[in-house]
Amino acid sequence: MRVTKDLVAASATPMVLGILAQGESYGYAILKRVTEMSGGELAWTDGLLYPLLHRLERLGHIESSWHSPPGGRRRKYYRITAQGRAELAEQRRQWTTVVDALETIWHTAGVATGRTATAGGAA
Amino acid sequence: MTIESDSDKDLETQIAEWRAYMRRRRAVHGTDVDELEDHLRTTVADLVEAGLRPEEAFLIAVKRLGNLDDLSQEFARVHSERLWKQLVLSGAPDAPAPAGSRSDLLIALGCAAAAAISIKVPELFGRDLDNDGGFYLRNVSLFALVPLAAYFAYRRRVGVASICVMVVLFALGAVGANAYPLAEDSQSIVLTAIHLPLALWLVVGLAYVGGDWRPDVKWMDFIRFTGEWLIYYVLIALGGGILVGVTVNVFRAIGIDVTGFVEAWLVPCGAVGAVVVAAWLVEAKQSVIENMAPVLTRVFTPLFTAALLAFLVTLLGAGKIIDVERDVLILFDLLLVVVLGLLLYAISARDPGIRPGLFDWLQLALAISAALIDVLVLLAITGRITEWGTTPNRAAALGENLVLIANLAWTAFLLAGFIRHRRPFEHLERWQIRYIAVYAAWAWTVVLVFPPVFGFF
Repeated sequence: MRVTKDLVAASATPMVLGILAQGESYGYAILKRVTEMSGGELAWTDGLLYPLLHRLERLGHIESSWHSPPGGRRRKYYRITAQGRAELAEQRRQWTTVVDALETIWHTAGVATGRTATAGGAA
Repeated sequence: MTIESDSDKDLETQIAEWRAYMRRRRAVHGTDVDELEDHLRTTVADLVEAGLRPEEAFLIAVKRLGNLDDLSQEFARVHSERLWKQLVLSGAPDAPAPAGSRSDLLIALGCAAAAAISIKVPELFGRDLDNDGGFYLRNVSLFALVPLAAYFAYRRRVGVASICVMVVLFALGAVGANAYPLAEDSQSIVLTAIHLPLALWLVVGLAYVGGDWRPDVKWMDFIRFTGEWLIYYVLIALGGGILVGVTVNVFRAIGIDVTGFVEAWLVPCGAVGAVVVAAWLVEAKQSVIENMAPVLTRVFTPLFTAALLAFLVTLLGAGKIIDVERDVLILFDLLLVVVLGLLLYAISARDPGIRPGLFDWLQLALAISAALIDVLVLLAITGRITEWGTTPNRAAALGENLVLIANLAWTAFLLAGFIRHRRPFEHLERWQIRYIAVYAAWAWTVVLVFPPVFGFF
């Protein structure tokens, strides 16, 4: 099973903000965390993470800085801002609402929600 | 060992080639490529560790980065100020015909010719330039800007509904300029001549952004366009001046006087035609040259800041108030408009990703000193109004200063917030884009409401 493109796009912002809320990080590490946490089922196109990071920075949700370790390649790190935390809380509230509503619907409709469920949702 | 160092070298050449390929995309800047390269190298290192050969790892890493066209389009979408230099994104489904193509040139020339011809049409109905200067003064913006709007409506494939809105607005402008019984020497004629071009220029803006009147980043592009257009127009006017001088004098050398032709045809037709030609040049050359307006802004922001601060210090030190002569007040209005232009073009060209620096402090100083001067001008105008009563000129000056001070003060507030890392730069951009509506409302008010309110004086 692969998560559809629209769903990936919609969930990207809260995911990136959520990961950065746990500490400063850089693009490659963020992608790795996403893959780990979703068991490899959330497939992002690697490159597209960077325009997203830039957009979040522009909106003031995150900040960036270049670090260059001695003798190493310089790397751009991102860090969440207070405004970004507020945005994350707001997104979380919205996602919880959506997930709760879906759970209720599936529960009352009696549709199985396991991996074996077939598409179509016959009751 | 030798095999491994060979493939290392291969990897370096491959990455260098990939970098060169990425750098060609204007929407992706150098530091972005650095960031992506870091990603690429980390991916390759991970894959090599998992047992792949460097070349294979490189191929997979590049593939995982995704389609380069999609990627640079995403970058362009985030950084629209970069996009401005390259409006035609490859692969965009609704991409307009590239300016500079033959058909586009023909349309531009057609619109320029329409402008040039239209300014001579009133003469058929007995309104000539020598005896009816007031008529031309009020209407020249209609002759010049209707063809320009038509050019952009064609280029941006503007929808029928938006075209109808523009037609109505232009008609409204024509009514405002001509329907009121204004005396030749009334103040309202001059006010209309100044404000109608501004009101109609924003209608052109509507065509420029493709009929989308919502406050959107596209309007920032229109602001950028306006600056470049003005520079091209001034350059064309300079060239035109030389052309006129040379033409008149070479004909004089053979004893023929062509000043009549030059004054009646060459200058008026050239002046309105050049409006469209300048716009076409901006559209066509946008990717060829660096934008000039931001460069001039960089040069003049420190100079204007110094001049304004010096003026304020002298003024306050000497304990004087601004002289209430009318000419001086107009001069101050002009100064404030220039300051606002400097702020606007600095904002339009700034990369929002860069941290606040010295130049932002300079701008803050400029905005604050301009706002202070504006307060003094406002005091002088209200003094004049309470002493001598309201006239169209004074009411217009008062309104303009209120419009300007509101913008300057809020811009200074937002700039201060940005410098102290309290708010993103985007707020400033958005504020300036929204404020365009205020200019439009004010310009239309002066054109349509002032004459009846002041009894057509």
